[in-house]
Amino acid sequence: MTSVDPQLAETLEPLSAPEVEAKVFVAPQWKLVWWKFRKHKMALICGVIIILIYLIALFADFLAPFDPSATNSNFLYAPPQALHLKDAQGNPGWYVYGLTSTVDPVALRREFVQDTTVDIPLKFFVKSWPYKFLGIKSDLHLFGPQDPTQSIYLLGADRLGRDLLSRMIMGTRISMSIGLVGVLLSLILGIFLGGISGYYGGALDQFIQRMIDFLRSIPSIPLWMGLAAAMPLSWSPETVYFAITIILSLIGWTSLARVVRGRFLSLREEDFVTAARLEGASNQRIIFYHMLPAFTSHIIASVTLAIPSMILSETSLSFLGLGLREPVVSWGVLLQDAQDIRSIATAPWLLIPALAVVVSVLALNFLGDGLRDAADPYAR
Amino acid sequence: MLSFIFRRILAMIPTLFLASIVAFVIIQLPPGDFATSYMANLAAMGDTVSQDTLENLREAYGLDQPVMIQYYKWITGIIFRGDYGLSFEHREPVSSLIWDRIWLTMWLSLVSVLLTWIIAFPIGIYSAVKQYSAGDYIFTLIGFIGVSVPAFLVALVLMYLQFKYLGQTTSGLFSDEYISAAWSWARVKDLLAHLWLPALILGLSGTAELIRILRANLLDELRRPYVITARAKGLPEWKAILKYPVRLALNPFVSTLGWILPGLISGSIILSQVMNLPTTGPLLLRSLQSQDMYLAGSMILVLSVATVLGTFVSDILLALLDPRIRYQ
Repeated sequence: MTSVDPQLAETLEPLSAPEVEAKVFVAPQWKLVWWKFRKHKMALICGVIIILIYLIALFADFLAPFDPSATNSNFLYAPPQALHLKDAQGNPGWYVYGLTSTVDPVALRREFVQDTTVDIPLKFFVKSWPYKFLGIKSDLHLFGPQDPTQSIYLLGADRLGRDLLSRMIMGTRISMSIGLVGVLLSLILGIFLGGISGYYGGALDQFIQRMIDFLRSIPSIPLWMGLAAAMPLSWSPETVYFAITIILSLIGWTSLARVVRGRFLSLREEDFVTAARLEGASNQRIIFYHMLPAFTSHIIASVTLAIPSMILSETSLSFLGLGLREPVVSWGVLLQDAQDIRSIATAPWLLIPALAVVVSVLALNFLGDGLRDAADPYAR
Repeated sequence: MLSFIFRRILAMIPTLFLASIVAFVIIQLPPGDFATSYMANLAAMGDTVSQDTLENLREAYGLDQPVMIQYYKWITGIIFRGDYGLSFEHREPVSSLIWDRIWLTMWLSLVSVLLTWIIAFPIGIYSAVKQYSAGDYIFTLIGFIGVSVPAFLVALVLMYLQFKYLGQTTSGLFSDEYISAAWSWARVKDLLAHLWLPALILGLSGTAELIRILRANLLDELRRPYVITARAKGLPEWKAILKYPVRLALNPFVSTLGWILPGLISGSIILSQVMNLPTTGPLLLRSLQSQDMYLAGSMILVLSVATVLGTFVSDILLALLDPRIRYQ
């Protein structure tokens, strides 16, 4: 190889051609991957979005203005309150208008009207509900009403008067982590089974392949529903959480195993593997020291593409009431409130968690797509 | 060809056997059995049941026998007599409860596949022929969204929009006057009038995936020398594209049937719950909640078998379309 990818040369614009060539030749693999990934603008943006979402998940307690499980019977199904940058007198700051409620005598339903004469001022770094983060007790929150006894609903309230925004922020933690934990489990199974399938071949390979075929040929939702319905109601939320991840990775590992097997099959015949074998390296050493690094980038890309389907599966199961249960908050659990047209008609804001699901899944898909393209920096 | 079909049928037998075991094991998993959940239900309503009644109930339904014997009775009944056992909750034979719903699920999936093909075909060709055009980008973006957003969320949003701007909602698969009517042409027409929207929503992700595959395959074919030759010889552009490249790029349409089908059946279960469709979804959910084991197990079994059979049909079609596959 004497010529340099012209597109790559473009990204290293300020350098002259021979300098670029020299730089490309000495660049380590991860740098080549990064250069290629950087050109995929959409994937780059989505990568930033994903990092932000995981930061929200990490600092959820600090970001949520209200206790996600605190109920308020005065504000059942309160609609979202808009944010204003001026109060009624024109003073700058940020405020929401207060809500006054009336009970509709015919429908016997509480109806809310924004009272534009009442301003509830907000401020940054308020002290309200207590939480524990990394073992440190705190009650500091990014923002909230100046008077912590007042409640505001930027995204509306649910049927028990809980703040949807706070619940969505807390739900980020469960929804995004269940994807990661589930994929981690699938990855361990996938690398192990896909690896021995691709490396040893033969009858073992046939058996594992048939098993994958079988698992993929049965519809997953009925299977998951059956398994999830088998969980005893007495299980603690943590146990249910892990049971759900195990159930989801039961099918999730198959696609990762396919990727790993395919890579093993193609690498097995490579010269450097033969060389290692002739040198007398053990199977274990060949697999983990020589072969695995050669397709780590492919695995990372496949894993990124597997997380969104995990998130969607958890959302679907919780939505049906078979997955996570209250008091655990995930996006799927939140969407359970929006299960039929009647509740959506009264409180359309209950659909907002769906937006969080869609944004994170879409961003992960774009990111994974970009990673997959960049995984092999030598391919044109 | 016959030997290919024969080999595929042989390969299907262990899969079907495994599916039946999985269906049965799932149903055995929940702690307790129907008798205990029946008692819990009665207790919740303030009734009490004596231990004797419970034992009689267990004996009547064969719940006191070893698992292997329960499985044997269940599966031989299905194979030799078409008897899926009794639904504990509805106190009716399972087969009388499920078949209507299974058929509707199959219809929904079939119409969904057809819509998927009809939509993906022109868009896929357009995206490949006009690569990097504005239309191509728009369809790619829509495709990405289609893959990322589950059908039931699309359904929820559509139902809300319909409610807000039209003041009505569609739910169910029949108009009121046809719900319990006997099958007739008018009823079929009524069904099709209701079926297309859920089928379209259900097929969204499959359509998006298929467009991407068709686009990629067709792009590969269009760069081949024989297309250049065809153009050089002065073939009209539509003929140069449609005659051979499109035909070759069509393989995934048939082969994807195999992997689209499990997804469609899965998706239809949640979608039916949301849109209140009388398919297997709501009944399966209900039966799992009440541990109505023969009903839930039979439904999971029939859905799995239907998927395996669908994959089988798509394999045969693919072999008919592409002779190379028969000799592998």
